[in-house]
Amino acid sequence: MSLQELQNLWFTLIAVLWCGYFLLEGFDFGVAALLHVVGRTQEERGVLLRTIGPVWDGNEVWLLVAGGATFAAFPLWYATLFSGFYLALLLILVALIVRVLAIEYRNKETGALWRWRWDVAHTVTGAVPALLWGVAFANVVHGVPIDAAHHYTGSFFTLLNPYALLGGLTTLSVFTLHGAVFLTAKTTGELRQRARKAALRVGPVAAALAVAFLGWTQIDKGTAATAASAAVAAVALLGGLFATWRGRDGWAFAGTGAAIVATTATLFLALHPDVMPSTTSAAYSLTVHNASSSHYTLTVMSWVALAFTPLVLLYQGWTYWVFRARITGRDPLSPRKPQSAGTPEPTAEPAGPAGTAAGTPA
Amino acid sequence: MNALMLARWQFGITTVYHFLFVPLTIGLAFLTAGLQTAWVRTGKEHYLRSTKFFGKLFLINFALGVATGIVQEFQFGMAWSEYSRFVGDVFGAPLAIEGLLAFFLESTFLGLWIFGWDRLPKKVHLACIWLVGIGTTLSAYFILAANAWMQHPVGFVLDPATHSARLTSIWSVLGNSTAVVAFAHTIAGAFLAAGALMIAVSAWHLRREQNAETLRPTLRLGLATVLVACVLTAVTGDVDGKIMTEQQPMKMAAAEAQYHTSQPASFSLFTIGSLDGKSEVWSVRVPGVLSFLATGSFHGKVDGIDDVQAAEVATYGPGTYTPVIPVTYWSFRLMIGFGMLAGLIAAAGLWFTRRGRTPGPQRRWFWRAAIWSLALPPLAASFGWIFTEMGRQPWAVFGVLATRDSVSPTVSTATVATSLIVLTALYAALAVIEVGLMVRTARRGPEGLDAAPTTDAEPQLGFAY
Ligand code: HDD
Ligand code: HEM
Ligand code: HEM
Repeated sequence: MSLQELQNLWFTLIAVLWCGYFLLEGFDFGVAALLHVVGRTQEERGVLLRTIGPVWDGNEVWLLVAGGATFAAFPLWYATLFSGFYLALLLILVALIVRVLAIEYRNKETGALWRWRWDVAHTVTGAVPALLWGVAFANVVHGVPIDAAHHYTGSFFTLLNPYALLGGLTTLSVFTLHGAVFLTAKTTGELRQRARKAALRVGPVAAALAVAFLGWTQIDKGTAATAASAAVAAVALLGGLFATWRGRDGWAFAGTGAAIVATTATLFLALHPDVMPSTTSAAYSLTVHNASSSHYTLTVMSWVALAFTPLVLLYQGWTYWVFRARITGRDPLSPRKPQSAGTPEPTAEPAGPAGTAAGTPA
Repeated sequence: MNALMLARWQFGITTVYHFLFVPLTIGLAFLTAGLQTAWVRTGKEHYLRSTKFFGKLFLINFALGVATGIVQEFQFGMAWSEYSRFVGDVFGAPLAIEGLLAFFLESTFLGLWIFGWDRLPKKVHLACIWLVGIGTTLSAYFILAANAWMQHPVGFVLDPATHSARLTSIWSVLGNSTAVVAFAHTIAGAFLAAGALMIAVSAWHLRREQNAETLRPTLRLGLATVLVACVLTAVTGDVDGKIMTEQQPMKMAAAEAQYHTSQPASFSLFTIGSLDGKSEVWSVRVPGVLSFLATGSFHGKVDGIDDVQAAEVATYGPGTYTPVIPVTYWSFRLMIGFGMLAGLIAAAGLWFTRRGRTPGPQRRWFWRAAIWSLALPPLAASFGWIFTEMGRQPWAVFGVLATRDSVSPTVSTATVATSLIVLTALYAALAVIEVGLMVRTARRGPEGLDAAPTTDAEPQLGFAY
């Protein structure tokens, strides 16, 4: 392949990684944001945590690979972006660090205060990145002040402009909706009812924000392709909401998932062929061509991606299959095992109304 | 304090901190997998209990390894953007490959392992923990290949047009001799750390005469692991030293604070002298040992700092090419000393517990030492990294890019100070939480877990969520 084709290929692959990240980690963030809305008691919050327990870390790796791929394929983009958005990224990092522990440590002790603290931390550290990723992406797409040496010349507050804040609110609300829909599909009984209600409440807000943000993006940077994918995003979001309302949980999740993927795709389409437009002068913009690695490096990386991506998708898909059953709180009528009395122990229950297949593999 | 100094402190602190958890993750993944294999093959209940017990400790540690690793991945771009621009073409590839090959593997299969006890067939479930172990080792290889390239850059050319490094052979980078020995040395060190943890936790209970059925076998396993790992770190460290002398002569001279070229060169166990190491007041020396470490012969010639400095000035132009000598001198000794001490304690432990014996009350010192030896391998490993990285200074990429030219030019001192303070404070808080949780979990012992049979349809309390 020519250098130019490789550059476009890697731009596309990085877009795919971000789509995957937002699609998957999006619902983790949403579950976090809704932890105290859907889960009224500590026991219930434990059930909610279990819905993402086996998969959240794998979801987060999409981000790490997106970061690594950007470093390898577009080092100049990585350097300018990460040093320019330093403090914003620091905030995200702190949130991601604490979130790991909020998820992993919460159930390692049984004390009520211990769990309560981690639950609160989990909510905050899920919501903060959900907001900040939108802010960061909106800034990348719109462009930021960059000088001839490709150095970012703005400050932290440059990033907090109205368009970017709208972007942040969009990701926050859409991820929250996605999380609500995910919970509707993964729980039963009262939890499912509450998650569904939350989805129906957040849904219209998310839809309004998303339409405004995509509309603004279209006016700012739009092409025919972005218009098409923005339309797909809007239709998918509304479809997801409709399916939630009709109680078709699987379809609802597919809808919000597709909306997230299409929104991310719209942003990358609006960006291409730039990777970081400069608002100082278009001549200073970083593009797929002037920010990329060499032909050789891109070729090596392409072979690696070709060989291993299918494998990763296969085993990650298998995990979702193994843990496809709905999670439910313990039935209060069933007898408790003596040694675990008094501790919340969610259990897995086969077969959900959405038609998720029943049973556990023998 | 300028941004460069602060960024160096930040990198050092965050990396050493990350590496406190890394060896335990690598070593414990395999030791846990071994215990579970023993359970699957023999069906003995006590293996199941120890699998779950050490598995839980493993998970507590793993979480912080993940949390602190995220920072590492981002901070090249944040604080070292010139470095990233300069080397991205070469250095980014191993990092990206690590994510795709290793991080997906370990995180996905760990999720399956934690939650899969009652969902997966026994052997498939066992395979999950082995895959986690393989994932951690793969991750170690790729990141060490990246690091080795900074010690001994190969497989690239300098592109004058863009003033950056261009990869010419990925195989040279991945097959770098420095990477191979650093990998062997680091993995051996990882087993040393995990074995010491296993010894300490088992000893704490055995000394109180509790959980003997479950923890006596793990005590022996830990002791054997540490002894073997200690020998392997010494052997691999020796090879490492020879390669290093060839590739970075300054580092070996700095390890000994040897200013003048000598043949044969002696190795000092201790030195008291001026802080810059130039004048020696008193020292304990072993003749010929430095020669042996550096060249493999007790009569070999070892270049002194002054000569290497002169040679580097001739090659790279005027400048100081000497690292901070007291740091390299002491970190080298402390690495070896702490590691070997752990090995000695393990050897004593194997003797005292031979053929079913248990050390009696008159051996209280032994129990104490066994418990506290927990701290030795992490200390040794931290000093190992401090030696390797500080010994390379003033270079970020040896002979190619200076550290002072690597830092982000537009990130202000105040900004780096902010992140340094925030991360350090956060890390300190996390250390308190993690150590507390580790200690409480360890003390509760295997009985503190719900060791119900895995056929039970319910997830294990406290183990899963
Ligand atoms: C010799 C081994 C080794 C070394 C030198 C490093 N790491 Fe590490 N890292 C691991 C071995 C490891 C591991 C064993 O794979 C970890 C430790 C705990 C864990 O969860 O995985 C890990 C976790 C880990 C994670 C989180 C992965 C996840 O979410 O599953 C990231 C992003 C990094 N590391 C990145 C780095 C970077 C950029 C380093 C260089 C400065 C670095 N690590 C040094
Ligand atoms: C592979 C894992 C690595 C480990 C375990 C490691 C470890 C260390 C240690 C122990 C120090 C010295 C601490 C100090 O000076 O206070 C250090 C410093 C440093 N390392 Fe590494 N390092 C690694 C990889 C890297 C990489 C990939 C880079 C690329 C930028 C890097 C760049 C630096 C820099 C710039 C310093 C500061 C120099 C100094 O403080 O003297 N290291 N690292
Ligand atoms: C006789 C014992 C040992 C010898 C001769 C030895 C030798 C060395 C040498 C020469 C290096 C520098 C490599 C370089 O910069 O290229 C090194 C690095 C290192 N050592 Fe050791 N070492 C010993 C024991 C240990 C022990 C017990 C540990 C920890 C458990 C340890 C952990 C490390 C680590 C983590 C590094 C940095 C990674 C690397 O470059 O390999 N070492 N060691």
